[in-house]
Amino acid sequence: MPQPHPASQPALHLAVALDGAGWHPAAWREPGARPKDLFTAAYWAGLVAEAESGLLDFVTIEDSLGLQSSSPTEPDRRTGQVRGRLDAVQIAARIAPLTHRIGLVPTAVVTHTEPFHLSKAIATLDYVSGGRAGLRVQVSVRPHEAELFGRRTFPPLRLDDLGTPGARAVIADSFDEAADYVEVVRRLWDSWEDDAEIRDVATGRFIDRAKLHYIDFEGRHFRVKGPSITPRPPQGQPVVVALAHRTEPFRLVGRSADVGFVTPHDADEAGRIVAEIRAHQAEAGRAEETVHVFADLVVLLDDTDATAAARLSRLDERAGAAFTSDARVFAGTPDGLADLLAGWREAGISGFRLRPAAIPHDLEQITRRLVPELQRRGVFRTAYEAGTLRGLLGLPRPANRYAAVVSSPAETTAAV
Amino acid sequence: MSKPLKQIHLAAHFPGVNNTTVWSDPAAGSQIEFSSFAHVARTAERAKFDFIFLAEGLRLREQGGEIYDLDVVGRPDTFTVLAALAAVTDRLGLAGTINSTFNEPYEVARQFASLDHLSGGRAAWNVVTSWDAFTGENFRRGGFLAQEDRYERARQFLDAARVLFASWRGDEIAADKESGVFLTDADAGRFAHRVAQFDIRGRFNVPRSPQGRPVIFQAGDSEEGREFAASSADAIFTRHGTLEAGRAFYADVKGRLAKYGRAADELKILPGVTYVLGGTDAEAQEKARAIRRMQVSGQTAVKFLEQLWNRDLSDHDPDGPLPAVDPLVGENLVAKGRASVRMFRDPLATAAEWRALAEAKKLTTRELIIEVTGRQTFIGSPETVAHALNEFVQTDASDGFILVPHLTPSGLDDFADTVVPLLQERGVFRTEYEGSTLREHLGLSPVDPARETAAVTASSTATVPTADTVTRTGRARA
Ligand SMILES: Cc1cc2nc3c(=O)[nH]c(=O)nc-3n(C[C@H](O)[C@H](O)[C@H](O)COP(=O)(O)O)c2cc1C
Repeated sequence: MPQPHPASQPALHLAVALDGAGWHPAAWREPGARPKDLFTAAYWAGLVAEAESGLLDFVTIEDSLGLQSSSPTEPDRRTGQVRGRLDAVQIAARIAPLTHRIGLVPTAVVTHTEPFHLSKAIATLDYVSGGRAGLRVQVSVRPHEAELFGRRTFPPLRLDDLGTPGARAVIADSFDEAADYVEVVRRLWDSWEDDAEIRDVATGRFIDRAKLHYIDFEGRHFRVKGPSITPRPPQGQPVVVALAHRTEPFRLVGRSADVGFVTPHDADEAGRIVAEIRAHQAEAGRAEETVHVFADLVVLLDDTDATAAARLSRLDERAGAAFTSDARVFAGTPDGLADLLAGWREAGISGFRLRPAAIPHDLEQITRRLVPELQRRGVFRTAYEAGTLRGLLGLPRPANRYAAVVSSPAETTAAV
Repeated sequence: MSKPLKQIHLAAHFPGVNNTTVWSDPAAGSQIEFSSFAHVARTAERAKFDFIFLAEGLRLREQGGEIYDLDVVGRPDTFTVLAALAAVTDRLGLAGTINSTFNEPYEVARQFASLDHLSGGRAAWNVVTSWDAFTGENFRRGGFLAQEDRYERARQFLDAARVLFASWRGDEIAADKESGVFLTDADAGRFAHRVAQFDIRGRFNVPRSPQGRPVIFQAGDSEEGREFAASSADAIFTRHGTLEAGRAFYADVKGRLAKYGRAADELKILPGVTYVLGGTDAEAQEKARAIRRMQVSGQTAVKFLEQLWNRDLSDHDPDGPLPAVDPLVGENLVAKGRASVRMFRDPLATAAEWRALAEAKKLTTRELIIEVTGRQTFIGSPETVAHALNEFVQTDASDGFILVPHLTPSGLDDFADTVVPLLQERGVFRTEYEGSTLREHLGLSPVDPARETAAVTASSTATVPTADTVTRTGRARA
């Protein structure tokens, strides 16, 4: 249930979603765009520095296994849009030493990859960033992406058929697999207790091996032994995020994530989605835990509504089609956007992930216009208040699940 | 002088998880924190090294059924550290060890191509072939390989990756705002590759990177390993640290290049070596002895013994003679997750050698283990070490070195400050970086896409084991 507390409401959280030259397919042709630099470190360093100057909670970095396509289900052969991208985890790692406070949340596909590799990659991102790592998990059931790996096959996908029992079964299965994957990633993060490294010169032991744990995960899709090769990361558990549009991913958020990105088109829908996620959360026994629900919005921000609308039309014209998105598209003023955010917060949304339609314009509108407006209204931080991403999101550093097991009564009894 | 002096290539190995790394030294720092990696990388770059090198092992080592706790345990993820190091260095090459058994070509190719972009052309891939089911238990696909099939998979893996790297020529991105043409080729990145181990198709989503592909390293010493290197690698990481063994290995491997249509300087041979420096040779020898005793404690000596003996010897006295019993021959059941176990190809013969040596020199078990495992490659004053390194390279025992410091993160500092200037004075090591990519540092010519694909086509027609040779453990599927 949405529970508005206007007076005591905690400050809102703000993230920005970075993808190529922006989310509009014609963004790369805008005057300020740097389409030739998309594959350089300097480009990404500049964007994240801009986001950090706006005191944002975190940036997300989009990724996909396959080449971008104008179709959500199939490849295309278009040549007039941005194509090609770099591995998002590596972009985040490349930027980490250049930034200080902002969270870094790369996207990673969990359908074809190894949880063991991804777990240590994100743990390491947490080390290189001093506790600012997150992970956005993404499912891929596209047949053409499966062919890139050649290990499994998926039936052809058609948007119109997504409601059929066959398609639903494939989707449900993929999200169950994703939940198992996140479970493995999280267990591996906990597979070393914080003080496992003892460097005890007297006994010659580098670690206390009683504080390392096999995770012995056995699921329907795979099993993984553990422990990780990488010690527990600074945050204990880096922040896990998923984008969710319907029941299966809502359940994944409720079961496994710290933050869910959702795509309501108005405040009522936002309230309904929050309620559904809370129900899944309770069902998973996580009612006491903080799970943030962030609303995604594609934004075009200008000094007047008319200018923003005109820019959208110009972009659409260049793209040859009206822009459509899973998320609501907001074309207007930073002030107007601040009003909208306030309204959705009342519906239980605790933060927003803004997708700038064009970079750098809309990114700078967020950091230089929207943020000051939110600060003026007293709903956004005026300085970073924490050194870790969990800290910025108000998430405590969690206890290690295995540390509890070690001191369990059963063990004590056995030792007697 | 008849022939021009060879230029030495130098690299820094980040101290690893075996007993070479002395963690008990009060100066020893973190093996995990990024500051340690940044320190080693910055030192290496200050000294104009070719590259920094990271090893990898995908399961914590065990001995006698327990996680091995006497050496450093744990390391961070290779790609993530290298990408972060790209931010704190400008020219230094970034070499990562990535296994060809527990990965898939599409993903690894994306990661290396990304690293190459993000570092401006400084990525290198050390292709290793560890194969064991023990490590496979950490992976959903669980696949492990019969020992004799692992290089076949490595070769097919590398071929598949080469196909992916070559799927973009480099001229496809116009990104022309005026005309609206982003790609000049509607099929940029398209590939299809079908061999026994891999059947993959689609479009690769990372455009051609500055070096075209990462520099390829091979580390492995068997017949198959050498052949793999001769056919496919740009450099070899070897264990041959003596002049004699170095020259024999060098001649052997360089001699294999011609049949692949390659010239001798297209494959660099770089042994991993240790060193101890002192004000004088005598002082360095004294330091070296002390370091060896820290590297091989009594406990460690017994553990080494168990690895060869393949039995539980926990009651054995390290300060007494070698055990009277013989090693158990067969699959090593004592030590898991350790590539060096395979160095003992004939345990009985090795044990006989050790016994003879212990007898002759009147060595206790610990002293013997120090003798056979702990010798540093180069010991002496900076002058002595610079001379020895140069001799090694000029007499074709290697093309350079991967230096393995025993101390994290400061173990390279004195080498950078004292030995490198002497090599520079001799005119055998660069005083400034001349190029910006690792290929340029190594004196390798640019990757030629046509030759890359030709090489793949040639090797794909060879007979290959079927996909069934990837044994699946248990229910692992996906
Ligand atoms: C100098 C050297 C370094 C190696 N480094 C690694 C490593 O970091 N990770 C790994 O899994 N294997 C490593 N290996 C193991 C090799 O990839 C290979 O599995 C092993 O040497 C057995 O192959 P062989 O029979 O051809 O020697 C290394 C081998 C050598 C010689």
